[in-house]
Amino acid sequence: MLGIHSRRLARGTAVALALLFGPSAMAQEVRREPVSDFMLANGLEVVVIPDRRAPVVTHMLWYKVGGSDEEPGKSGIAHFFEHLMFKGTKNAKPGEFSRRVAEIGGQENAFTSNDYTAYYQQVSPDALPDMMRYEADRMRNLILTDEVIGPERDVILEERNSRVDSDPSGILAEEIDATIYQNHPYATPVIGWRHEIAQLNRKDATDFYDRYYAPNNAVLVVAGDVDAATVRKLAEDTYAKVPRGPDLPPRIRPVEPEQNTSRSVTLKDPRVGVPSFQKNWLVPSYTSAVREKLDGEPEALDLLTEILGGGIRSRLHQELVVKRGIASSAGAYYHGTTLDDTDISFYGSPRGVATLAEVEAAVDAEIAKLIEGGVTQEELDRARNRFLRSLIFAADSQSGMARMYGSTLTTGGTIRDIDEWPDRIKKVTPEDIRNVAKKYLSPDTSVTGYLLPAGGNAG
Amino acid sequence: MMTRSMTAGRPVGAFLALALLFVLAAFSPAQAEVKIQDVVSSKGVRAWLVEDYSVPIVSIRFAFRGGSTQDPVGKEGLANLMTGLFDEGAGDLDSDAFQLRLDDAGAEMSFSAGSDAVYGSMRMLADQQDEAFALLRMAILSPRFDVAPMNRIRDQIIAGIQAAALDPSTKGEVAWREALYGKHPYARPDEGTAETLATIVPEDIRQFHARVFARGNLAVGVVGAIDAETLKRRLDELFGALPAEPSLTPIERAEPKFAQQIDVTSDLPQTTLQLAWPGIERKDPQFFAAYLMNNILGGGAFSSRLFEEVREKRGLTYGISSALVNRDYATALAIGTSTRSDRAAETLAIIRSEVAKMAAEGPTEAELDFAKKYVIGAYAINNLDSSGAIARTLVELQLDGLGIDYIDRRAELIDAVTLENVKAVAKRLLSPEPAVMVLGPAISQGAVQ
Repeated sequence: MLGIHSRRLARGTAVALALLFGPSAMAQEVRREPVSDFMLANGLEVVVIPDRRAPVVTHMLWYKVGGSDEEPGKSGIAHFFEHLMFKGTKNAKPGEFSRRVAEIGGQENAFTSNDYTAYYQQVSPDALPDMMRYEADRMRNLILTDEVIGPERDVILEERNSRVDSDPSGILAEEIDATIYQNHPYATPVIGWRHEIAQLNRKDATDFYDRYYAPNNAVLVVAGDVDAATVRKLAEDTYAKVPRGPDLPPRIRPVEPEQNTSRSVTLKDPRVGVPSFQKNWLVPSYTSAVREKLDGEPEALDLLTEILGGGIRSRLHQELVVKRGIASSAGAYYHGTTLDDTDISFYGSPRGVATLAEVEAAVDAEIAKLIEGGVTQEELDRARNRFLRSLIFAADSQSGMARMYGSTLTTGGTIRDIDEWPDRIKKVTPEDIRNVAKKYLSPDTSVTGYLLPAGGNAG
Repeated sequence: MMTRSMTAGRPVGAFLALALLFVLAAFSPAQAEVKIQDVVSSKGVRAWLVEDYSVPIVSIRFAFRGGSTQDPVGKEGLANLMTGLFDEGAGDLDSDAFQLRLDDAGAEMSFSAGSDAVYGSMRMLADQQDEAFALLRMAILSPRFDVAPMNRIRDQIIAGIQAAALDPSTKGEVAWREALYGKHPYARPDEGTAETLATIVPEDIRQFHARVFARGNLAVGVVGAIDAETLKRRLDELFGALPAEPSLTPIERAEPKFAQQIDVTSDLPQTTLQLAWPGIERKDPQFFAAYLMNNILGGGAFSSRLFEEVREKRGLTYGISSALVNRDYATALAIGTSTRSDRAAETLAIIRSEVAKMAAEGPTEAELDFAKKYVIGAYAINNLDSSGAIARTLVELQLDGLGIDYIDRRAELIDAVTLENVKAVAKRLLSPEPAVMVLGPAISQGAVQ
């Protein structure tokens, strides 16, 4: 992601929301029915987010399995399997589900991350029963043949070509991850390494399916023009009929050892016109912080990221882009909604006669300054207010709301975490921010990626 | 999550072959809860409003006709540069002061330039709308275009141009645009070049702003917690002091050059194929026939003919799609895909053969029925997901001159299309030789024909 601005409110829109329904200091109210959740007897968790503004529902089924749950040597199987879910079942011919969605003008797709895999359709409310029936059906009744697997594997190799191999920053991003993570499977790309994708076969797919696709390993999120009672009844008629699968062991993955070195990863590519860099550190996520008893650190990291590198009012942008005029871009991002320890990143790219080394030194200096002097209460107030108001804006997007709940609940979080997030953000102090900066952002343990023109150098 | 997420396991969005915009927007007549009010202020400023109080926010979007096609020759990139400067100082506030006030107001403001219009939008919290609208008013009526922020934003744009300059796909875009549009302004890069940007001074931007920001070429859409009477006042505050009419340079219709092949040879892991045929005007009585035909050929759903033949049966690509392209001065039907280079000739041959088949035979009755249901049902989902999306739709409907009752008529218009209409329009659009671009390792000429 070198050279790409992070979304200013990534965390806000990704997690957030509680404000809407819980006790709130904000003067404004979102006039909506409350979010409800319940569990079916077979272990499927169901979340309903009413939004009556338009005659549309978003139906999303999330599985608690992603690229980082794969067996060694089988990288890409989670994502490959996601594609295979669009083939036929015992009850539905290949393409029948997609045709049903298209016939009513619906939208559908799916996505796979390190920690989860999700399938969704956006349709008119009267089509919801059908969506639930088809989605419940393919949870267990998929028919996988070599005839469908061969061409789909080729599709995925082309997807890899498009996303990674055609894009120098995509190639570098993979290798940065492989360097940050020395032991944890976040080192492996979700799409998979090319040579391993090429070997994936029907047995790998069915093994994966049988192991992970079951109601007790899934979360259903329905947002839109529907009420909880209706969803519950429809779920009883469809998903509830799928038998509970075997209990899955806790998702305990290899833990990172202590990091004792600074490392750098460099890609020189003739397609690169302007150099850029990205500096990363391993830090806790919202879920790993609970396990490791580091409460409050992810909230502080979120605010640290916002103050240092979130958008045009951030320190990095103001100092490097506006005041000194040495960078065309500079910022930071942090993705806290992951099951295990994650990373925080700072990036920059030079402009004019400035060099990449100057930009990197200036970013380092801003980090050092924050560790030394902390942040002001005013900076913290501004960053916090941006987060809190992002919750109100987030309520404007039905699919965004569904994603927020789904991603939180499949990465070890709870609805209560979502509800309490604003209050936890409000509790963060300038000292908390300085402390996490000091604790994690040591020059001795950073991983720096350089994207350089052919023949360029990082100095 | 995006850095670690393989999103969109299957492609949805059109891989747009041309660097062109296409928006076909509408609401479902069956779902007429979305009530559009036609609001006209005392100074004659018009907006379409969808009032909604379920979320305490207000979204406004507006467009001034006349985008980067209005850039003077030699100053390409002017419109785009201007739109980077609206939050860099206005009225008596310099860049820093303006941004701090905007941040305090909790409002998100953005401006952008397309080739045919300059767009602006703001999303604000309902209880802070006085301050938010006041800042938007300053940005629209009295932007400062100070030299220091202008130089900074220009340098950032130039850095972006330089960063992309060596990428073969950039070369491809330039070659494609120039081959299709020749001397028309559509052949020029919206963001300009380092050379043209260097010639721009603040006075150029002030003149452009004065020429393009007027009431006569303005379309406004508003969604959210605001009533019509309040909006009327806001419209006068925001736009009432603008000149009645813009002073736009007349732009001739483009006559895109089809029937040509452009090869951009480059050592890439994939070959990108782009094809373009003549398109159809939005006002043409056969527009919906063409829209349905395109949908069957390679539009919206996962079940299009091209998707089925190129991806599902043969695994040649991750994504392939076709789209109708409707710009103010040009139309096209475009197909785009990226495929493995060793089978690019085969992919191209399949595309050509599917197009030829559609031109010769048209779709089946069953395909047409299916496509009608899809395009009738799809717009509520595509256009109602957020208030920003609705506001965007309100503006596009006005720019396209479709009328406030368009939403109620749309399904009828689509249902009225016959199989004969679609066959005729398929023959009309797809019979001519297309423009074809092959970007990647060279493929044999024989296979292209």
